[in-house]
Amino acid sequence: MIELQGIYKRFGEKDVLRDVNARIADGEIFALIGPSGSGKSSLLRLINLLDAPSAGRVLVDGVDIHADRSRELEMRRRMGMVFQKPAVFNTTVYENIAYGLRFRGVPERAIRETIRDVLSVIGLEGYGKRRAKTLSGGEMQRVALARAMVTDPDILLMDEPTANLDPVSTETIERLVHRINREFGTTIVLATHDMVQGQRLAERIAVMMDGTFSQVGTPREIFALPKDRDVARFVGIENIIEGVVESNDGGIAVIDASGVRVEAVTPLQTGVKVCLCIRPEDITLGYARKAGTSARNVFPGKIVAIRPLGPLTRLVIDCGFELVSLITWKAAEELGVQEGTEIVVSFKASAVHVVQDRT
Amino acid sequence: MNEIAEGLLRAVGLIITMNPEVMAITARSIMISFTATVIAALIAIPVGAVINFSEFRGKKTVINLIQTLYALPTVIVGLFVFLFISRAGPLGFLRLLFTPTAMIIGQTLLILPIMTGLTVSALSGVDQAIRDTLHSLGATKVQFLANVLKEARFAILAAVAVGFGRAISEVGAAILLGGNIRAASFWSSTRVLTTAISLETSVGNIELSLALGIILLLVALVVNLLVTTIQQR
Repeated sequence: MIELQGIYKRFGEKDVLRDVNARIADGEIFALIGPSGSGKSSLLRLINLLDAPSAGRVLVDGVDIHADRSRELEMRRRMGMVFQKPAVFNTTVYENIAYGLRFRGVPERAIRETIRDVLSVIGLEGYGKRRAKTLSGGEMQRVALARAMVTDPDILLMDEPTANLDPVSTETIERLVHRINREFGTTIVLATHDMVQGQRLAERIAVMMDGTFSQVGTPREIFALPKDRDVARFVGIENIIEGVVESNDGGIAVIDASGVRVEAVTPLQTGVKVCLCIRPEDITLGYARKAGTSARNVFPGKIVAIRPLGPLTRLVIDCGFELVSLITWKAAEELGVQEGTEIVVSFKASAVHVVQDRT
Repeated sequence: MNEIAEGLLRAVGLIITMNPEVMAITARSIMISFTATVIAALIAIPVGAVINFSEFRGKKTVINLIQTLYALPTVIVGLFVFLFISRAGPLGFLRLLFTPTAMIIGQTLLILPIMTGLTVSALSGVDQAIRDTLHSLGATKVQFLANVLKEARFAILAAVAVGFGRAISEVGAAILLGGNIRAASFWSSTRVLTTAISLETSVGNIELSLALGIILLLVALVVNLLVTTIQQR
């Protein structure tokens, strides 16, 4: 188990990490997601003993890894790390993968067998004698992953391993990550700025904002119930509307958003400043209020912008506040929407996720 | 114009017929400069590594100083060594003046700064990502140092080649310390390519000068080719 306890890292005047706390279980895939520069790499480097924290502790199986310099090598040899920019040594693919094993004094015969096996796992059979520098970015990253993997680490740290790769290489790497985790029970801590990748790979996600964990939870919790406005924005909720709770009747609150009264489910009481998070796909459009709709929130509005977005069309509707809605092309054609079209938007009270606005 | 063409032609003749004097001068020149380069490399690479890998106050100043010495005038080195090894000098009893050994000492001192400096650059040119990866893969201190050196091997090789190039092409120290002596035995003689060119030109023996000049260029070319080939492997 990895325990992060009150970790701070200061570079000059700037705290790049502020009070980071988490527990990562053995065999877990734990994703750090957050925008670039939020401190993900710094945290991974601390865990890999490439840097020391300014305050706080990193415990691996209860041992403070930075406390005893004489055990540094032993602790580090239990981990492997894959960096964002794959660094390959100026030699063959085979020799590159052999590095960690050579450092550990593994006999040459065992190295040969291990590398033969791992080359087929990463899909680079027959590449052993190639010079590593001649590989493509995706191939280099696979070599880097193999190089970390062959030492059979308990913990594998990955710093944006697919940030510079094409979709096919990304998929290959993601499959390998899953496989390593399943077959060897390796604990994997993976940093990514791609929240969808976090969702695909991880059992738990920590959202890192400005050097600290804003929220830690399952992908479902993070994406359905973001804890605050920044997390909501980062996980891709496009509609974030400011308002104030006007009344709350047994958990169904009426919120005043720029003069429009929105009903939502929240325990927050009267007078609290809030942000309403509404996913664009939860918004229904029509020309009149549908009979028998269960949606509590129905507002007339006007379309102010239309933009194609892959197979969908993205509409911006002004109904006192601006709402983004996503509908299919076909639906857009059937509705005959144009800029300036008057339209009725509706969404359920339960589709509104309310977070307290602390700014 | 005609004179130059004729001189060139005869120079080529001297090379093709492997004129004994030309060959002796060439061999001596290469041996002296090669020895100086080996000795300088044995000092410069470890010293460069120490400077690169250790953190100390004034590290930048030391590197600046070394870089300034890249342009060290050869006659200054010659003069400096001359003062030490001349009869009256502190090392005069070794009777080194006007021997190939003296030339080796001079050339070694001459190329030490550039080889040390370029070794430092070569090592600091090894990407931080490579260093991190080595640490991350669980390298001990010694394994780390050895492998950073290994990553920088081509750049260090280039540093050695630059040193050799400067040694074999310099004339100031060679003439001051060697004296351009023409003697019967190979090792009592101190004529090397550059000093011989300088002397033969002044006495009007243009064809010999040209022949030696062509050889000097050829040596540079061969060294360069060797380095490039190794780097591309």
